[in-house]
Amino acid sequence: MKLKELIEVLDAEIILDNHGSDEEIPAGGAADLMSDVLAFGSPGMALLTGLTNPQVVRTAEMAGINAIILVRDKKAPPETVELARELGITLIRTSYTMYEACGRLYHAGLPGLGVVKIRNDTW
Amino acid sequence: MRGFLDLGLLKLETTLGKMAVQEITKVQELIYTTRVEDVMATDVIVVDPSMTVAEVKSLMKEKHISGAPVVQDENIIGIVTMTDILAAMEEGRLHEPVTMSMSTKVKTVVRDSVVAEVGNILGLKGSSRLPVVDRNGKLVGIVTTGTVTKYLLRRLDQSFQKNEQERLQAYRASHIFQDIVSDDTSVVLRFVVDDKDFSNAGKASSMIKKALQRLVVNPQIVRRVAVAVYEAEMNLVIHTDVGGEIIVDIRKDKLNVSAVDHGPGIADLKQVLQPGFSTAPEWIRDMGFGAGMGLANIKRVSDMMKLISEPGGGTRLDLVFDLKNS
Ligand SMILES: Nc1ncnc2c1ncn2[C@@H]1O[C@H](COP(=O)(O)OP(=O)(O)OP(=O)(O)O)[C@@H](O)[C@H]1O
Ligand SMILES: [Mg+2]
Repeated sequence: MKLKELIEVLDAEIILDNHGSDEEIPAGGAADLMSDVLAFGSPGMALLTGLTNPQVVRTAEMAGINAIILVRDKKAPPETVELARELGITLIRTSYTMYEACGRLYHAGLPGLGVVKIRNDTW
Repeated sequence: MRGFLDLGLLKLETTLGKMAVQEITKVQELIYTTRVEDVMATDVIVVDPSMTVAEVKSLMKEKHISGAPVVQDENIIGIVTMTDILAAMEEGRLHEPVTMSMSTKVKTVVRDSVVAEVGNILGLKGSSRLPVVDRNGKLVGIVTTGTVTKYLLRRLDQSFQKNEQERLQAYRASHIFQDIVSDDTSVVLRFVVDDKDFSNAGKASSMIKKALQRLVVNPQIVRRVAVAVYEAEMNLVIHTDVGGEIIVDIRKDKLNVSAVDHGPGIADLKQVLQPGFSTAPEWIRDMGFGAGMGLANIKRVSDMMKLISEPGGGTRLDLVFDLKNS
């Protein structure tokens, strides 16, 4: 899905535009836990989250995520915007709740990451 | 549009012959994102309607221009070019007012339109000069194919040089293992991580990621190392009361990471290695940490992981990443 389509589907507002609107977003994911993002994050994907602190941007950087979508009409504090600017990450906000934002994107054809497995028996 | 783009690209090919394809799409990006007012010349030489053809001729000669808008009360009433002047001279109208010889169908462009628009108008008209007006039609500047091309070349050159700089640094760094000869060369990066310092948390990981990119390590491995180091760094920030140190030892074929602290240590190693187990307090969870997934993530992305700890004796996490088989 192209970034501009994603913005349309979410009635979203761009806080920080670091990618062209024709940027292809390969997949989406949602999490409020940073370790989850690091576990399932895939390069170039869009991350939907209810968190707005700068660590979200840091985490995205490490996971190779291009776009962060803040749900539930959250505002990004200046530190977060500043870090995203520095790291070239696109910031977007939408008024939809996490549930509905995910639903709309999935319905519009933005794929998730399928079944993920965390190995816990290999210690 | 096409005509204009072709012109831009032609000049680019000759001037900056080695420019990559991405720079060409950069031209397109620039002409659709740059406003005319950022490109235009503002010191416009204008012709007063009271001037004669002869006067305009000497003005053009003196200022080295081949055309100018004719302006009355800040409004453009026409445009006169060298071709108009030559025609007037041939017909012996040298001392008639210039208004008789100017063309009155003047195309203009509004100052806040994008540069692509200029290409559109100039391309269609086959002329090379376009007055720029504000919303009220008042003359504020002029653009020519020359000003546009010059601007684009300058902007492209800037981004070209920036890319070139980064490429050069990556090139230099990546050749360290060839350039410096020993039986076993390694690059060691050391970072001090403070506890509970959330405004700097992740900076070490960020620098490590950039260093590996410069060393042209395989991007997938860079990503795995970044994830592991970031989880380790956050554990130092969150779970120690003294902070700690991260050491990355990069060799030609492998990479060792150690995260060492003299914090509280861990009583039950088996327990903390269970995915989902966390002792993080509520306020840490509110920040998005404390899922109890950090060590599981580290284990998953690394080729070898060793966790050593004793209550009261600090904690040591050693990781190995294989750089050869990716
Ligand atoms: N350096 C350390 N010193 C003391 N305790 C540690 C250290 N690193 C980890 N721990 C303990 O191990 C537990 C599990 O760590 P892990 O990184 O897996 O999860 P977490 O940090 O609690 O949450 P997450 O990493 O998902 O945000 C921690 O809650 C903490 O009790
Ligand atoms: Mg952790």
